[in-house]
Amino acid sequence: MTQVSSDVRELASREYQYGFETVVESDAVPRGLDEDVIRLISAKKNEPDWMLEWRLRSYRHWVTLEEPTWQNVKYDPIDYQDVIYYSAPKPKKKLASMDEVDPELRAMFDKLGISLAEQERLSGVAVDAIVDSVSVATTFKKRLADAGVIFCSFSEAVQNHPELVQKYLGSVVPYRDNIFAALNSAVFTDGSFCYVPKGVRCPMELSTYFRINAADTGQFERTLIVADEGAYVSYLEGCTAPKRDKNQLHAAVVELVALEDATIKYSTVQNWYPGDAEGRGGIYNFVTKRGKCAGARSKISWTQVETGSAITWKYPGVVLQGDDSVGEFYSVALTANRQQADTGTKMVHIGKNTRSTIVSKGISAGHGQNTYRGLVKMLRSAKGARNHTQCDSLLLSRDCGAHTFPYIEVKHPTARVEHEASTSKIGEEQLFYCRQRGIPEEEATSMIVNGFCREVFKELPMEFAVEAQKLLSVSLEGSVG
Amino acid sequence: MTVTTGSDTTPTPFGTDGAGGLPDLRLAFDAAEPDWLSQLRSRAVDVVAERGFPTLKDEDWRYTRITPLLDLAFEPAASRPVSSPSPALIDELCGTSGGSRLLFVNGRFMPELSQLPEPAPGVRITNLASALSERRPVVQPLLEASFGARRHAFWASNVASAQDGLLIELSPDAVVEEPVRVVHYCDPAGTPVVAALRSMIVLGARSRVAVEETFIGSEGSVYLTNSITDVQLGPEAALEHFKVQLEPEAAFHLASMDVRQERGSRFVTNTASIGASIGRQELVVHLEGEGAEATVNGLYLPRGDQHHDCPVRVEHVAPGCTSRQLFKGVLDGHGQGVFNGHIVVHHGADGTDASQTNKNLLLSDRAEADTRPRLEIFADDVKCTHGSAVGQLEDDAVFYLQARGISKEEARSLLTYAFVNEVVDLVPDPSVGERLGRLVGDRLRGGSAGSGQ
Repeated sequence: MTQVSSDVRELASREYQYGFETVVESDAVPRGLDEDVIRLISAKKNEPDWMLEWRLRSYRHWVTLEEPTWQNVKYDPIDYQDVIYYSAPKPKKKLASMDEVDPELRAMFDKLGISLAEQERLSGVAVDAIVDSVSVATTFKKRLADAGVIFCSFSEAVQNHPELVQKYLGSVVPYRDNIFAALNSAVFTDGSFCYVPKGVRCPMELSTYFRINAADTGQFERTLIVADEGAYVSYLEGCTAPKRDKNQLHAAVVELVALEDATIKYSTVQNWYPGDAEGRGGIYNFVTKRGKCAGARSKISWTQVETGSAITWKYPGVVLQGDDSVGEFYSVALTANRQQADTGTKMVHIGKNTRSTIVSKGISAGHGQNTYRGLVKMLRSAKGARNHTQCDSLLLSRDCGAHTFPYIEVKHPTARVEHEASTSKIGEEQLFYCRQRGIPEEEATSMIVNGFCREVFKELPMEFAVEAQKLLSVSLEGSVG
Repeated sequence: MTVTTGSDTTPTPFGTDGAGGLPDLRLAFDAAEPDWLSQLRSRAVDVVAERGFPTLKDEDWRYTRITPLLDLAFEPAASRPVSSPSPALIDELCGTSGGSRLLFVNGRFMPELSQLPEPAPGVRITNLASALSERRPVVQPLLEASFGARRHAFWASNVASAQDGLLIELSPDAVVEEPVRVVHYCDPAGTPVVAALRSMIVLGARSRVAVEETFIGSEGSVYLTNSITDVQLGPEAALEHFKVQLEPEAAFHLASMDVRQERGSRFVTNTASIGASIGRQELVVHLEGEGAEATVNGLYLPRGDQHHDCPVRVEHVAPGCTSRQLFKGVLDGHGQGVFNGHIVVHHGADGTDASQTNKNLLLSDRAEADTRPRLEIFADDVKCTHGSAVGQLEDDAVFYLQARGISKEEARSLLTYAFVNEVVDLVPDPSVGERLGRLVGDRLRGGSAGSGQ
């Protein structure tokens, strides 16, 4: 056990590996938030009137809201007037090809191991790289265009596909949803937009790497993915952020819409700066993510591996509206040092014979506090609906916490809901069993942790499964083993 | 996650002006009471005004809307004429065997209907009012604890208005063989009243007793029972508790039980919520001494427009404690059943073994089950599991019985009974278990809830 304790100590005090800052000239609006700032953001982005109106409606609603208090995470009050709401890397000129991308930006991606050139040549993944708030490079556009898939930055979508944006923006997460969604709706600067037309299977995994770069710039991403009837798309979101002392607010909104027979698979690996060992700094990751299975037999699947951020507070959910639609949520959340997480999902069953599966794995180390909070709601119309929830927590230190707060609300007798949860530490017997077979203790520990997360990792697309395992290895095995 | 809210989101400062809702608590004050008690009661009125009654915004009251209760104009029970239940009913509820039997009507002890044993050494079984002054060292701290930050306004409201209740005090090694049977009967005689009760069970080291409580009232009457029970178990003491709530279907029942356990003590409780329009049975168990054990089981059977809420919180403070929770709900008509279980394992409570299970059976497409089995864990050497399920009867099982010549209705009632029987079987005392089985069986066959006069 002494070995494990020291491993755990190492894990608990692991250093953030991606803490660097790239010097890029930033074009920022003044600090603070009022209607003028919103008009300025909208003007800078050359937005149509309806977009500005929507932002202003959101803002006017936001000022009436108070921050909630029910969450199981603690942080100092956020000063919304001390945030810069817009900053774009100044483009040196219009970009025609990869070679013209700012060399500093490219160097930054190289450091992260996401060389765009490499990706384009080898991996077959289209990367819409976002640095701060504006999309600077998009690859594989042509192959996607040939298939009829629209995949572009949100700003471009507002300019080129206003009818789609107007139809679906706010249809899953209305600006009235919660305080952070309202804020995002008012000030979002950019994000990704994807539309997969009827019957099209998107020819490649779509991927966006988010970065929070300019100092004090809260990042307010907006992602909207629409899969039309019978379409299929798999979307990958990955995050790393430079090391910084001041807390940074990240309040993104992700909306997914799946029409009849459509499938959307959304995977996230989140590894933002978690703050130092004493809990100073780190990102506040307060994100609203929701999918709507609007059509019959549609399917939305969320997979997330959350290892970063000082505070993670989000519930990627699915509204199961279409009959026979399917919602899935697979999650691994790791909290070490002073990290806090209050995360889980919401499955709202409306249609008949809708099904949802929730698998959540929480790992707590150091002084980390890890909360699973999940809602399963079966409405009166949800005849024959099913849910199965499996929630497991693994404790790696004496000072951490693992909490499970499920909410189950059932209003139809044929609906069936099951929730199971367990909390444990790595068993002495398990370790002993492995060591008996000649496996060193540290290797056994990482094997057990990896086995604990396996159910979730196998849901990740190939590209991400590797990264996720590497991330956990770096976080766990790297220090444990 | 957004908290669903209704319209009743502002705290309601009842209890100070008497203008509708709960009665002006000061009206019930008895000038003859000792000063320390009057002072506590005044303070309680202030605490009620300060905190306001819970709303759907309070996480612990998320599914229980008490506005129907606050909308009624209540009078203090003490100011109403008192009638009493028939001897036949008392015998039915208490049995005719020996042992102590305490009867309370509208929150007041009725000595002529009760039966108290010859005082044995180290055994005090009586009503709170009669022992108030003498037992002040025990009573006062418990009343004062009602103002704790985590306690809702009904605790303070209880301190302000409760006149009486059960008091059991056992000295070390005292053993009471026969269960103590307590009946709380309410007859509001027309006007809605509040029957506030405060009970205390304080057991010395290695002492043990069993307590059986029944709450019932005159048929069709409207009243609020606000009952609070404090339990303190000394080292290796044991309490077996059983409670059946059979209030009439228009009445309100809000009860809280707060249990503190020392080293090696054992607490078992089985509660059955059958009656009341809104019935809430709250249980908080603090496992404060090493090796203490708590078993908290319950049944709730709402139908019609009934609402049953069972919040349970078990705090594992000391290492090596064990807790078990099993709650089952059968929900019919527009009935709503809420299970709000919570296990908290404190830092240092190593070797904790805790489990929590909640299962619900929905019999109608208008019924609703809400369940929140929560775990909060701050220690690493623990074994905690929880599970909950909501579903309906298996068609295959009903068909199987039908194929053997049992009518569909009977088959369903048989299977429903089998579902709840798991909890009935866990009642340690066979005679109590038999009584519970009978009550549940009657209920599931469609018998009335409040079978009072």
